[in-house]
Amino acid sequence: MSQAVSDLPENNQLVVGTSLWQDAWRRLKKNKLAILGAIILIIIVTASVFGPALSSYSYDQINLDKSSEPPSWEHWFGTDQLGRDILVRSLIGGRISLMVGVIATAVSFVIGVTYGAISGYFGGYIDELMMRIVDVIYSLPYLFLVIVLLAFFTKSIFMLFFVLGAVSWLTMARIVRGQVLSIKNQEFIEAARAVGVETPMIIFRHIVPNTLGPVIVYTTLTIPSAMLSEAFLSFLGLGVQPPLASWGTMVNEGVEAISVYPWQLIFPGLMMAITLFSLNFLGDGLRDALDPQMRKD
Amino acid sequence: MLKLILRRLIGMIPILFIIITLTFFLIRLAPGSPFTNEKAFPPEVVQALNKQYGLDKPLYIQYFNYISGLAKGNLGPSTRYVGQTVNEMIANHLPTSLLLGLIAYGFALIAGITIGIISSLRQNSVVDYFSMAVAMLGISLPSFVLGPLLVIVFSLTLFWLPPARWGEPKHLILPALTLSGVYIAYIARLTRSGMLEVLRADYIRTARAKGLSESVVVLRHALRGGIIPVVSFTGPALTFLLAGTIVVEKIFAVPGLGRIFIEAANSRDYFVVMGLTLFVSTILVVMNLLVDIVIGLLDPRVSYK
Amino acid sequence: MAKSNSTILSVRNLQTHFYGDGSVVKAVDGVSFELKKGETLGIVGESGSGKSVTNLSILRLIPYPPGKIVGGEVLFDNKDLLKIPENEIRRIRGKRIAMIFQDPMTSLNPFMNIGSQLMEITQLHEGLSSKEARKKAIEMLELVGISDASKRINDYPHQFSGGMRQRVMIAMALSCKPELLIADEPTTALDVTIQAQILELIKSLKEKIGTSVILITHDLGIVAAMTDHIAVMYAGKIVEYAPTEELFDSPHHPYTKGLLKSVPDPLIDQEKLFQIPGLPPDLSNLPKGCPFSPRCSNVIAKCQEVPPIQQINDQHYSVCWLEN
Repeated sequence: MSQAVSDLPENNQLVVGTSLWQDAWRRLKKNKLAILGAIILIIIVTASVFGPALSSYSYDQINLDKSSEPPSWEHWFGTDQLGRDILVRSLIGGRISLMVGVIATAVSFVIGVTYGAISGYFGGYIDELMMRIVDVIYSLPYLFLVIVLLAFFTKSIFMLFFVLGAVSWLTMARIVRGQVLSIKNQEFIEAARAVGVETPMIIFRHIVPNTLGPVIVYTTLTIPSAMLSEAFLSFLGLGVQPPLASWGTMVNEGVEAISVYPWQLIFPGLMMAITLFSLNFLGDGLRDALDPQMRKD
Repeated sequence: MLKLILRRLIGMIPILFIIITLTFFLIRLAPGSPFTNEKAFPPEVVQALNKQYGLDKPLYIQYFNYISGLAKGNLGPSTRYVGQTVNEMIANHLPTSLLLGLIAYGFALIAGITIGIISSLRQNSVVDYFSMAVAMLGISLPSFVLGPLLVIVFSLTLFWLPPARWGEPKHLILPALTLSGVYIAYIARLTRSGMLEVLRADYIRTARAKGLSESVVVLRHALRGGIIPVVSFTGPALTFLLAGTIVVEKIFAVPGLGRIFIEAANSRDYFVVMGLTLFVSTILVVMNLLVDIVIGLLDPRVSYK
Repeated sequence: MAKSNSTILSVRNLQTHFYGDGSVVKAVDGVSFELKKGETLGIVGESGSGKSVTNLSILRLIPYPPGKIVGGEVLFDNKDLLKIPENEIRRIRGKRIAMIFQDPMTSLNPFMNIGSQLMEITQLHEGLSSKEARKKAIEMLELVGISDASKRINDYPHQFSGGMRQRVMIAMALSCKPELLIADEPTTALDVTIQAQILELIKSLKEKIGTSVILITHDLGIVAAMTDHIAVMYAGKIVEYAPTEELFDSPHHPYTKGLLKSVPDPLIDQEKLFQIPGLPPDLSNLPKGCPFSPRCSNVIAKCQEVPPIQQINDQHYSVCWLEN
């Protein structure tokens, strides 16, 4: 006497699938460093936005009596040369640095994604030409031109945004174009077309979601990179100008007094390093979560 | 292979041309001149100076003069350091920057590759997490924070090494260390991921099945493929190197090309700025070509047609 | 002193597990067989049956993590290969027991020329100088049928076709005249016409050198021509073992019968292709008792208990409750 195969309990189980995003979220949650990075990031951003309001000092409050004092109960991070409270300045500096990082990244995101998507989607001559242009621009000594632009023209913050966004869009464009190209040729797009799906639908429902992965990762990693560039330029005196202060400018001021008042450098420097650290870990975690095989630097 | 090199070298020329032209017009488009920023010179003096350096002629003539000067290998005079030509300045300061850069990068390669290999062999162990966290630190700590920190620790607290000074070998240590920081991090990560990928490959299993010892498998079979991402990285790495050198030279008062460039940019020393930009661009392009050649040698599957 | 029919390899109750995200996959779950000198044993099964893992376990080539050999013995020359120290098994690998793999494209190091890959074996195991090793390498290449060997020895793997790469692998494996050759799906990745050539090559070299062979495959056609005995594997266990002809003539286990039925016979008019119903087993979640029971058309209630080894004759057994 034999049972029908279909009656056996094993064959009646439902198979529950997980979507790519659920899978990625699950993996991300397991990455302790990335979560730690995210938490630290949230703390720092909150502190930068709301912190200064809680302090009794303002960032440009000059008090020459208390110049260059070491950390104390009144001034947790000490004071700088002009007697300004370093804690508040660090938080404000954080606002500026973060803002610059985010806006510059946004600029490069918009330019890069548009450029890359157009190039990838249309392919052929247009793609060749557009990528050639990217290659040429890529081989320019960006840094030097940036310095020239800032030193010779204006050091306004808008020039800074422009200049910072102007480089990272190249890689973003390349990534997006690569993704679009590889997806465009995959069979499921052909299948969708064969069933009659129209072009805009194809772009939005099929191509875009599949390109998002690397784009998200790269954007997350561009923010700290832009912040670093800003800090670097500010350190050279070419970035954020007084009275605005960013972490870079504070480190610049701190370097000169390093042997005498090291805290003027350490606090803003460490805050910046920790923020960059967190962003990098988060970006790395996202990359591992979205595609464990995408481990390329 | 030779044909390829030749073709690439020739292809360099239009790019360099674009760069010169871009820089030239960019600089000229900016307001002011080399002489309006310093002390307030009376206008007649400014005019005379402009004439002396050929800056009063129409722009396209200046451009033409510059290009013809370039064809003879002449990069022009410095307006800030009167009497010196750009060629001389580069010759004087290049060795310093070169030395610093080579030592920093060489050290970074040795340290980074070693750390990367060890991490890849002990994946997910304490050693691995620790190294990668430290590597992440290196990427996040900008050189202008790392540098002063090293100074605080090694010079001011421990009194082991001298701070900003130049002249003896021991003055090299801190600047080189600071400069290499970022690289060690990137190279370690790249080596690790490159090795991990290679170690998963079937041919590594074949090597083990042949009875080869683990060190032979790793160093003879795996490293060859695993190191390729590091070699490719050398191209973009040079861009970082430039940035890093400028910063490090400022912090440690090293008399190299980076310092010269910043001074020139701030004082509108046209010829120096253009000359250095051109010089550096040429090096970048040549180095990228070298990197491609090396990769072609390492990976026999790559064919350049 | 050794009889020509002595056993050279004896695998007893081998167990290899893979540990994943909280689950354990019992890839090899109690496999036992013996191989006599000069014979060819075929191990047949679907993907996931555990045939490759069994053989990698013999040489301890299971990567840990995630895999681990958790039990059993592998007796070779009176030693248990699973227990000897690392440096001893390295001396056996490539020298006394050699292995060739399924995909010659990925199994050869693309960054080294094949000469180096051949020479390092004899330099390591036989202490040959580089000149001697090179000469030996050229000889081996000629032996496997690669023409112009002294020139081609400097070439890289990507400069060879698939079939020729597999020949190179065979040359590598046989360089030290091993006593046992394990061939893991050696022809699966090759074109049909090349497959026959490679199999012929293995057969002739086996006779020349006197090597015993374990041949792993999912292709019944291959085992029919090449082997003396066949072990059929399913879900990490051997479900039937018999001399080759006998397996084809009188299979016992329902799975074996199913496999044989699945091969379409061009001489018979078939309206529908036969398929063993159901899906391959989930190795981390095997049913109680016989692992094949969910798909078996002769399943009975007793199959919920682990079936016994039925000795059909002294050379043929089947792991099943059904009697014939």
